[in-house]
Amino acid sequence: MESYIVSNWVVGLLLAGGAGLAWLVRRSRMWSQAFRDIWRRRRLALGLVALYVVVALLDSVAWVGGVHPGEDAVAKHQARSVIDRFFADSQERSYSAPLAETEFYGGSALRKPGSHLLGTDLIGRDVLYLSLKGARVALLIGGLTSLLAIPLALLFGVPAGYFGGRLDDVVFFVMSTLASMPGLLLLIALIMVLGKSTLAICFALAITGWVGFCRVSRGETLKLRELEYVSAARALGVSEARILVRHIVPNLMHLVIITFVLMFSGLVLSEAILSWLGIGVDGSWGQMIDQARNELSRDPVVWWNVSAAGVALFGLILAVNFVGDALRDALDPRTAREAE
Amino acid sequence: MLAYLIRRLAYGVGVVFGVLFFLFVLFFTVTSPDDVARKALGERVPPAVVEQWKINHGYDRQLFPGPGAWQENMLFEHYRRMLTFDFGRSDADDTPIADRIRSGMMPSLTLTLPLFVLSLLAAIPLALLVAFFRETYIDRLGVVISVLAMSVSILLYIIGAQYLVGRLLHWFPISGFDSDPQLIVRFLALPLLVGVLAGVGGDVRFYRTVFLEESNTDYVRTARAKGCGEGRIMVRHVFRNSLIPLLTRVILAIPFLFMGSLLLESFFGIPGLGAITVDAIQGNDFSVLRTMVYIGSLLFVFGQIITDFSYGLVDPRVRLE
Amino acid sequence: MTALLEVEGLTTEFPGARGALPIVDGNDLRVDRGEVLALVGESGCGKSMTALSLMRLVPKPGRIVAGRVRLEGRDLLELPVTEMRRVRGRRIAMIFQEPMTSLNPVVPVGDQIIEAIRLHESTSRREARERCRELFVEVGIPAPEERLDAYPHQLSGGLKQRVMIAMALSTRPDLLIADEPTTALDVTIQAQIIRLLRDIQRDRGMSILLITHDLGIVNELSDRVAVMYAGRIVETGSRKQIFREPVHPYTRGLLRSNPTLAQPGERLPEIAGVVPSPEEWGKGCRFATRCADHFDLCDQEVPELREIAGDRRAACHAIDGGPAGGGRS
Repeated sequence: MESYIVSNWVVGLLLAGGAGLAWLVRRSRMWSQAFRDIWRRRRLALGLVALYVVVALLDSVAWVGGVHPGEDAVAKHQARSVIDRFFADSQERSYSAPLAETEFYGGSALRKPGSHLLGTDLIGRDVLYLSLKGARVALLIGGLTSLLAIPLALLFGVPAGYFGGRLDDVVFFVMSTLASMPGLLLLIALIMVLGKSTLAICFALAITGWVGFCRVSRGETLKLRELEYVSAARALGVSEARILVRHIVPNLMHLVIITFVLMFSGLVLSEAILSWLGIGVDGSWGQMIDQARNELSRDPVVWWNVSAAGVALFGLILAVNFVGDALRDALDPRTAREAE
Repeated sequence: MLAYLIRRLAYGVGVVFGVLFFLFVLFFTVTSPDDVARKALGERVPPAVVEQWKINHGYDRQLFPGPGAWQENMLFEHYRRMLTFDFGRSDADDTPIADRIRSGMMPSLTLTLPLFVLSLLAAIPLALLVAFFRETYIDRLGVVISVLAMSVSILLYIIGAQYLVGRLLHWFPISGFDSDPQLIVRFLALPLLVGVLAGVGGDVRFYRTVFLEESNTDYVRTARAKGCGEGRIMVRHVFRNSLIPLLTRVILAIPFLFMGSLLLESFFGIPGLGAITVDAIQGNDFSVLRTMVYIGSLLFVFGQIITDFSYGLVDPRVRLE
Repeated sequence: MTALLEVEGLTTEFPGARGALPIVDGNDLRVDRGEVLALVGESGCGKSMTALSLMRLVPKPGRIVAGRVRLEGRDLLELPVTEMRRVRGRRIAMIFQEPMTSLNPVVPVGDQIIEAIRLHESTSRREARERCRELFVEVGIPAPEERLDAYPHQLSGGLKQRVMIAMALSTRPDLLIADEPTTALDVTIQAQIIRLLRDIQRDRGMSILLITHDLGIVNELSDRVAVMYAGRIVETGSRKQIFREPVHPYTRGLLRSNPTLAQPGERLPEIAGVVPSPEEWGKGCRFATRCADHFDLCDQEVPELREIAGDRRAACHAIDGGPAGGGRS
């Protein structure tokens, strides 16, 4: 199947999942209360995150078809997203400053003067376009990585905490082993060995991030195991598998989600570093920063490229950090104790 | 206590063995020695040259122990070499890895040791101050600034600082290194500034949480009830009890003292271990990378054992068990 | 007897989802020199918060919004922070419910008491240590010399509470606030601590504000009693008056449902309903929802704490006049 069809399906699934999630949140007292709390305290951050998500989704829905009559045959058969189509006609030859009428070096006229809000880069691509496309990459990195890491962590962490014994020893040993390798170095080693595809990078991030999720789910399961209602279920003859699925996992989901949101910004920032080292994901803000890092030593200076990518990256990380904090305050009683 | 010490050390050795096994899987089975050879020599060399390269670099044995070959295999060799610190030669340019590490250690330490101390000196008093003013606008402002500071990618700090200080203001050289102590200060000023700035936000936030958790405890209430001033409470009661989580974070940073900071070193041209690692990434130098991961884990495991024992120093509950 | 501590209209609020909640709502209290006043009520009724308000130790985001707390005529709520610090420990000392967590785990217990002494008096460490040893003897800690250097986790719960008491006594305060001092302890230890508090109070002639939900302890230790319900004091009087002829319906219910005071073989009556949470407090009497005698006025107007005889007060419309204007007592 073509990759754009997969991407469209994923968008569909995400929308359906989002709707389902919204329904679940409305039904649960704890979650809807938490959501109201966050909305009250961090409306702006939440809105900003939503904006990034919308941009990423718009960049994920793609279809084949021409954009304008003068196109060559290859371009006609390329799948292009909503964002691609919006900026289809924005190609220039080289650098131009934001809203400039002429090229930055040489001063020849632009094809579409005054239309590039954030200017164009070395090979004439619209910087706003590139910055918007970065949102999808960033969310993909965070999303795909957690999609790999969270189920794996639950699969190992929950039984380890619940059954204890040998199983716990093994899981704990694997966690200590992975945790003892310096994160960035492990990441680099994995990517160099696995290759530089998006999936490989997310897989590497998942292996390094797995430990955090696993530790949280193991630790929380250890606590939950001792609670009365779990003992009561066991005394009633409920099967172990059912206890795990019905009683343990739902009760540690909030910690998993807090961990996810708090880890997300770390993942995106790591990717930026990887990009700088030449092993990042194509089209990420990290790559834009990497490509632009020599532009500040040009004379006159080309500042818009690195600034656009930097601000886009900063905005997402900041919003996610604020939402993560608010989420933790709303859901985690241990840290919410301050308000008592 | 002695039994605990021995158990803890044994577990540490176990973890190091685990790390070595992981590295073996990664660097010998997922990528085979043939892949490594071809990356170093190029795709189109004749097989005989590849074989010769493998012999020169000690990659010419079978991977796993087989009948009659329990020593003559890569797995055993890998453990033997790493555990005896016989790191061999670089895959890319044949220089002995041990020499490189020796030459990179000092530059790394001259950067990271002051960075470590400065970060602590900046973050802990700031966090104490913010926690002291909890629930006031100073606290809220402090948290917001911390989150702002930690949301900026370190790349931007580096680029920004190089541009501002190095190019516009001409205070310090943009990059470079010298072993002359008078020059070193000028070369290190910028990377140190960037390193402290990039880390201080997250540190302050973490330490603040720790301090706040301690400030909400019953014994702090007792201290207030007996007439203790808030400043005295912060230093004598809160800080002393926060030492355990503090130590955990602080001591675990020690491996990075030796490993250097990957980004700072390569950006600012400091020839430390971090820069060597970056070179290894760009040159597909698997043996150097492997060695760096191993050394990093070794230091980490060592740091963890030290942490566990230092708990005993600050917490009588641990010491007297 | 002269009043040591006089509290008037003390109100402490906590922010709630819909506006501020007065957890302590306009309460008056008086503690005389050398007497033990017991503040009784169910958990969550605001008695601990009352105690913390007196010390100005209300945890954030709560705050004292109104009232006066006069210690020998001086209003503590008006004092500058540094002055107030000299009152804490020195004039009013406090012991808490959880001796397990109320001592700093990383400082030897002796040092914690020495700190308390040296905060208020300029004595040498050695003198303070000697005094600490004497205090340990006084509160009945065996092997006091060794215990001075012990860490809290090396002591049992009962010993820790004795250490807390020694710390409270170390600066010879005029008033000791004991907030549920025995709740977290075993029954046998409870009795010892109660006896210790009684002996110390007699020997030193100190005043105690005893906060508890345990009527048995009230009966053993107190001279006067104040009963608190849902943030308000509903009845005060001498121990004898309260126990023999309670007037407020809540006090009567409380006494009747107490197993230690009940007749053997009798079925324990309980107060119907549950304590309303602060969000549910209406504009009338807060006990009205559970009161067998309640009538229209109870839902509309808060009954004031009125004098009924001498030093005896109660807050109930039924006592003030009753539904048909006919009094009842």
